[in-house]
Formats: sequence, structure tokens, C-alpha cells
Amino acid sequence: MKAEFSVNGTRCDIDVEPRRTLADALREDLGLTGTHLGCEHGVCGACTVLVDGEPVRACLMLAVQADGCSVSTVEGLAAEDGTLHPLQEAFCAKHGLQCGFCTPGMLMTALDLLDREPAPGRERIREEMSGNICRCTGYVGVVDAVEAAAQELNPR
Amino acid sequence: MKPAPFDYVRAHSVDEAVRTLAEADGDGKILAGGQSLMPVLALRMARPRVLVDVNRIPGLATITPTGSDVRLGALVRHARLVEQPHHPLLAEAARWIGHTAIRSRGTSGGSIAHADPSAELPVVAAALEATVHIAGPGGTRAETATSFFAGPLETTLAEDEMITAVDLPVPSRWGFAEFSRRHGDFGLVLVVAAEVAGRWRLAIGGVGGVPLRPAEAEQLLNDGAEVDAVAAAAAAETQPQSDIHASADYRRAMTAEFVRRALASHGKRAAA
Repeated sequence: MKAEFSVNGTRCDIDVEPRRTLADALREDLGLTGTHLGCEHGVCGACTVLVDGEPVRACLMLAVQADGCSVSTVEGLAAEDGTLHPLQEAFCAKHGLQCGFCTPGMLMTALDLLDREPAPGRERIREEMSGNICRCTGYVGVVDAVEAAAQELNPR
Repeated sequence: MKPAPFDYVRAHSVDEAVRTLAEADGDGKILAGGQSLMPVLALRMARPRVLVDVNRIPGLATITPTGSDVRLGALVRHARLVEQPHHPLLAEAARWIGHTAIRSRGTSGGSIAHADPSAELPVVAAALEATVHIAGPGGTRAETATSFFAGPLETTLAEDEMITAVDLPVPSRWGFAEFSRRHGDFGLVLVVAAEVAGRWRLAIGGVGGVPLRPAEAEQLLNDGAEVDAVAAAAAAETQPQSDIHASADYRRAMTAEFVRRALASHGKRAAA
């Protein structure tokens, strides 16, 4: 079945089985392996991407459902010249990761949070990021990073 | 894991959706937000032959105040419920559903149809005696939430029917209290107290197969009994089961405490 959508501003046409999830289509059909699959049933948040600007579990959406939509993945965060997004910089600077597997989902979730709330407090950051599981339990660095990125993006 | 193969039909009208379900002869499933169905497919606990995607049906994603009620179209996402000003109790309850990425896809109709007794919307619907609007091949019908929830994950929805909207009265006063291990988890115990047309109603989730309406506790509450007496009566009316998350005794104790909290919070939440 055909689906046509944009990923990070680039138009993509794919022909997939209906049961193909958006996460698998991004990884297998489009070669965008930045979106990670952890639990594959909507619990861990590693596959979080933005669809039409809203955060979505890419393992809980079929690729054919993205037809006509605009998808943003972690590959679209950095500038074209390779300059990292302030969130990515903050995750590096504050060591917001241990093994790094959950990081793409963390970044996309944080991107959405800072888009809606320019200056969330640490409690709020914890609440919003709690849908993303880090099996290394490296959460303190993640909260530090999101807080630092918020200050970088929206200096008070 | 990956879902087993299925045929995918994108319905463009309610009629087309129910017709496709009827043609699937009991082996079709409605796909709305997919936040409950997709995990079940991925784990292969369900392998329907046909999925009917209703996300593109126009007109089902509206929130409409209608006098003393609010009508929720079946495709209203939980994230929209959080933001809407018409029904403050729904806004508060929706805040407790999963996480942002779940709320951005999950739908009102899907949550009611899935009928998880520890999910927020079924408990709110039970407390408010919501009216569920249902379309099938033979036409439309309406049913109260009380009779609609038949058992754990079980409703009176036929295999070829779909929910189109839910009418929820706006309570004049209300309280909501939920206990879950972490924010975003299903509630171990959740309590909705709502005053509609001068009478208080209580619904408790997480302590039985369907959202529980504790009749004796409601009567005590309406008779002006002390909160502690109402809470004790509500707990006594539950018959929770023990599982890996909590023992039955613990759930019963938490029921009493969270009935207290729901009633304590209502004063601050009188409808404007």
C-alpha cells in the first residue's frame, strides 16, 4: 500500500504492507535509523517522533496512517551544516544519556515540551519526560539537559 | 514484536466504517488512536483480518457544549480534552491519561470502547451517566454508560458497531482523585465524584471489572453524611482483586482514602 508523507521537510513515497509501523518504515524503508525501537508497544518512548507537530509513538502508528502528514525525526534536529540543536548540545554538555539508546525519543519529547512550555520547572520536566524510559536510569542528566536547553532557547 | 498481516481500510464515513465491519463478519476492528489496539496487535493477542481506520472520518473530532451536556465526538484526542474549557472535570481527568505522546493520538471513543476499568474516561463516563451514541448497519442507538460497560474490556458494542459520540453532563461540583504508582500509569484506584442536577454520584475505577457505582456511599453522601462514613461505605462496597500491583486489602484502603480526597477537592472545583 502506498503512503506519501514528508520527513524533516523531504517528500517520501513508500510502498509498504499495512502492518508496517511508522517506526519500521522510517528505519527500514527510508534508512532513518535515528528513531529507535525499544519495547514496540508504546511504553518506552524511544521511537517518539513528531507527526504534524505533535509527539507520537512511532511504534503505535501505521506507516500508511502517516499518508499526507509531516513527520519530524531526530535526524531533522541538527542544522544542515551539522550544527547541533541546542537540545542536542545540552544533552552532550550535561551528559543527558548513558548508553544513548533512548536519546532520540528523549530529544523529540523534550523538543515538544519546550515548544509548548518555554520555561518548565524541574518537576514539570520530570513529569513530561516520564513517558520516556532510560533503562540505564540516567534521568538526572536528562532533566539537567532539558533545563539548560530551555534557558539557552529562552533566556530570561 | 510486529502485528500479524491484516487488510487496511481507510473509512471516509461512519456508514462506510460500519459496512466494512459488517463485511468483515466479526473479524474486523476499528482503528482510531491505536494506543490500546496497536500494542495488542504487536503482541499478537489480537489478529483481526481487517482494520478499519476511522481517523479520517470528518466531523467526529468536535467538542460541542449542548445545554447542560458536552458532546464529545469519538475522535476527540485526549490532548484536546485537557485544553478545552467546557468540561473542567474531563480536562482534569484527561491530564492523567498516559503521557503526552499517548494523549496526542488516543481518542475518547477508543477509550470508552476499550472499556479498561482502570482508565480515566470510563470512570468519568460512569459517574456522569454519560450517553454513548453508537452507529451500526441498522442505524443508530444510544446507551447509558452504566449498561454499556459489561465487564473488563467488555461492552455491549456489537462487532459491526462503532461509537460516534459521547454526551457527558457538566457537573456543578466535582472531585477527581487517582492513585497510580507513577504519573501516567493506569490507576490502581481512581475516584470521580460529581454533582449533577443536585445529586452526587461516585464512580470508582481499578477495583472491579467495570467502573463501580457504590450505591450506599452515594446515598450517604446525598443524605449529608460525614466524608469518613461515605469513604468507609464506598470501600466496603468494592470487591477488588489482588494482583502484582496491589493486594485487595490495599486497594480497599486506598479506595477509602481516595474517596476522601475526591470529596475534599470538590470545594475548589465548583463550575464557574
